[in-house]
Amino acid sequence: MKADVRPRTHDKSRFTPHLFPPPQAGEGKGGGLRLAGAAEYVVIPALALAAALAVFGIFVALFGKDPAALYLYMYQGAFGTWFSWQNTLSRAAPLILTALCTALPAQLGLVIIGGEGAFLVGALAATSAALALPAAPPFLVQLAMALAGMAAGGAWIAFSGALQHYRGVNETISSLLLVYIALAVLNQLVEGPMRDPSSLNKPSSHEIGAANMIGTIPGLDVHWGLAFGIIAAVLAYILIFQTVFGFAARVAGGNVRAAKVVGLGVGRLILIACFLAGAAAGLAGMFEVAAVQGRANANLAAGYGFTGILVSFLARHNPLAIIPVAVLLGGINASGGLLQRRLGLPDASVLVLQGMIFISVLASETLYGRFAIFRRGG
Amino acid sequence: MTNQISRRHLLQASAALAATLPVRTAFAADTVIGFIYVGSRDDYGYNQAHAVGAAALKKMPGIKVVEEEKVPETEAVEKTMESMINLDGATLLFPTSYGYFSPHVLKLANKYPKVRFEHAGGLWTEKDPKNVGSYFGYIDEAQHVAGIVAGATTKTGKLGFVAAKPIPQLLRNVNAFMLGAKLANPNATLQVIFTGDWSMPVKEAEATNSLIDAGVDVVTCHVDGPKTVMENAARRGAMISSYHVNAAPLAPELHLTGAEWNWEVLYPRFVKMFTSGESIPNFYRGGLKEELVKVAPYGPKVSEAARKQADDIKAKLTAGNYVIYKGPLKDNKGNTVIAAGVERPQTDPELEKMNYLVEGVIGATS
Repeated sequence: MKADVRPRTHDKSRFTPHLFPPPQAGEGKGGGLRLAGAAEYVVIPALALAAALAVFGIFVALFGKDPAALYLYMYQGAFGTWFSWQNTLSRAAPLILTALCTALPAQLGLVIIGGEGAFLVGALAATSAALALPAAPPFLVQLAMALAGMAAGGAWIAFSGALQHYRGVNETISSLLLVYIALAVLNQLVEGPMRDPSSLNKPSSHEIGAANMIGTIPGLDVHWGLAFGIIAAVLAYILIFQTVFGFAARVAGGNVRAAKVVGLGVGRLILIACFLAGAAAGLAGMFEVAAVQGRANANLAAGYGFTGILVSFLARHNPLAIIPVAVLLGGINASGGLLQRRLGLPDASVLVLQGMIFISVLASETLYGRFAIFRRGG
Repeated sequence: MTNQISRRHLLQASAALAATLPVRTAFAADTVIGFIYVGSRDDYGYNQAHAVGAAALKKMPGIKVVEEEKVPETEAVEKTMESMINLDGATLLFPTSYGYFSPHVLKLANKYPKVRFEHAGGLWTEKDPKNVGSYFGYIDEAQHVAGIVAGATTKTGKLGFVAAKPIPQLLRNVNAFMLGAKLANPNATLQVIFTGDWSMPVKEAEATNSLIDAGVDVVTCHVDGPKTVMENAARRGAMISSYHVNAAPLAPELHLTGAEWNWEVLYPRFVKMFTSGESIPNFYRGGLKEELVKVAPYGPKVSEAARKQADDIKAKLTAGNYVIYKGPLKDNKGNTVIAAGVERPQTDPELEKMNYLVEGVIGATS
C-alpha cells in the first residue's frame, strides 16, 4: 500500500521515496474504487460533451435552424451509415498519431504543440526515401518511408525537447515556431530542388509511384494509418503505464526536482519522449504521402498536427482515450459537410462546436473528485 | 409516338412511386449537383466566383445544388465527394480547386464511373478517366484589357501586383497586365510582390502597403481572396483593379475595372449538356470569345480615351484575332523570351510553362 500523498509541484517538504505521484486516480487503490474511478473518467467527459452539444443546439436554434435536425444530421453524417463510419474513421486516422505527439511529452509536463511540423518533415523525409529507392520492392520502399518519416519527425520534436532541457527555451513556443520552419522547408523543397518539372501550376515533388502506395484495410475504405495509429496508441499506453521508463517520465512530470534528486536522467527522458512523440506525427505524415497524396506538395499542410493537439487535450493525454476522442472529432468533421449541405450552416459552425467541446471538457476538470458516487468504498 | 407516350407515363409512374419512398425523393426528382470549394464562398475571390456560378444553376428547374466550403485538398475532399454521391445522390460534381484533381478526383472517378466530375483547372489528358472533365478560362485576356485601363489611368506610372506563387498561370496574368499597361503608357512599370501562398491576408496587406509606399497608384492581385488587397489599397487612396470577382462594391469610386470569371455562363451551359444527355467535352478552355471570363465594367476614374483603347483590344480578343504574347518580347533581365516574328496564341503549350516576367515588371520569380 502506497502512501496516498498527492504531488504538489511547489512542495518543499522533505523528500521521501514514497512521494511518487499517482498520475491517474484509481491507480494502486482498491479494486472497487478503481472501477468507480474509471467510471468518473467516462461519465464526466460524456456530460461535458452533452453540455457542449446542448449549447451548440441553442446556438443553431438562434440561427433559425431546427436543433433536432442538427443532431439527426450529425449522427447521420458521422455514424448513421456504413459510409459515414468509414468517413469518420478515415478522418480519425491521422489524428490518433498526431495527438500522440502532444500526449507523450505531456507525461513529462511538456506542452508540445508542434505536431504539424513533425508531420510535414516526416512526410518530406518519407517522400525523399521513396524517391531515393526507385528500383526497390514496394515493401522495402514503404519500410524505408516509415523509418525516414519517423526519424525526421522524431528529430524535429526532440530538437524542441533539447532546446527546453539544455537551453531553457520554452518548448511550446519553439515547437510552434518549428512548424513554420517546416512549412517553409516544405515549400522551398517542392518548389525548388524536389520539384517535378511537369507540376506546372501546382508545384509538387515527383510521385512515389502507384506500386509503392499503401492500400486500405481489407473490408474498410480506410487506409492502414488507422491500424498503425491504434497500435501506436496502445504501445504508448503500455510505455507510459507499464514500464519503468513511463513511471520515471511521470515522476519527472509530477515533480522534476524530486526526479532529479532520486537520480533520474531527466534530459534523457525528455529527449526520448519527444523523439517518440515526433516519430508518431512523422509516421502520420508518411501515411499521408504513401496512402493519400502520393507525392509531397502544399496539400500536406492541412492542419492534422494542430487538430491532434485538441484530441490530446480532450483525451487528457491518455493514449488509449485518444482513440475514441479522435473518432469523435473525425465524426464531427465528417458530419460538418452534411450540416453545410442540409442545414445551410457555414463551415465555421463546426469550429464553433469544436471550441465549445474543448472549453466544456477543460472546464469539467474541476468536477473530478467532487461526486461522492465515484468514491464509494474508499 | 405511342411508344413515347407510354414511356412518359412510365416515368411519371416511377416518379410517383419515388415520392412515396421518402429517402429517395430528392434523388429521383432532381439532378443533384455538388459544388466543393477550398475556401469560403464569400471571399470576394476564387471561391465566390464559383459560388456565383452555382447560384446560376439553382435557378434552373429540376436542378438541386448542394455546396460545401473550406474543404482541404486531402482525403477530406474525397470523402466530401463520396458523401455527396452516397447521401445526396449527386450525379454531377464540381470540385473547384486546382489541387483537388490529382489524386483525389481521379481516384473517385475510377470508383464511381457513372458520376460526372467537372474540375476547374484544365488538367485533363487522354490517359485520365472519361467521366472526368477539366475546364479553365484564359483570364489573362481580361487582365490584358485591365492593364490597358490601369496604364492609361495611372498618375505615377507605377502599377502594383500582389501575387501568391510564381506559377505559370499567375505569371501569365502579371505579364498580360504589364503588356496591356505598356500599350497605353510605354513608360509604365509594374511592381510585383509574391506572398508565397494562396491565402496570406497579413502578408497581402503588408505587400499592398509597401507597394503604395513605393509610389504605386493602381493595385491588382492574384491571390485566392483579393478582398484584403482591395480594401487596403482603397483605404490608402490607391485605385484598384479587381480579380476573380468584381470588387467595385468595396470601393466604387476607386475601382477601375477588373478580370473576372464568368462561371455563371459556363455552368448552365454544362448542365444543359449533362441533362440532355449530350457529352460535356473532357477538356474545355476559352477566354473572352468563349465567355469564360469577362472584363468588369469601367469605374468613374477611367477616361473616354482609355475606355476606347481597352474596348478596341477587348473587341479583337472577343473576335479571336488578337495575340497577347508576340515577339520580340524580352523578360525583365534582358533575355529574349519570344523571338521577333513569333506569335504565341492562347493554346500554345509554351505559355503553360511561362517562368519569366516581361520587361517593365519589377520583381523576380525566385
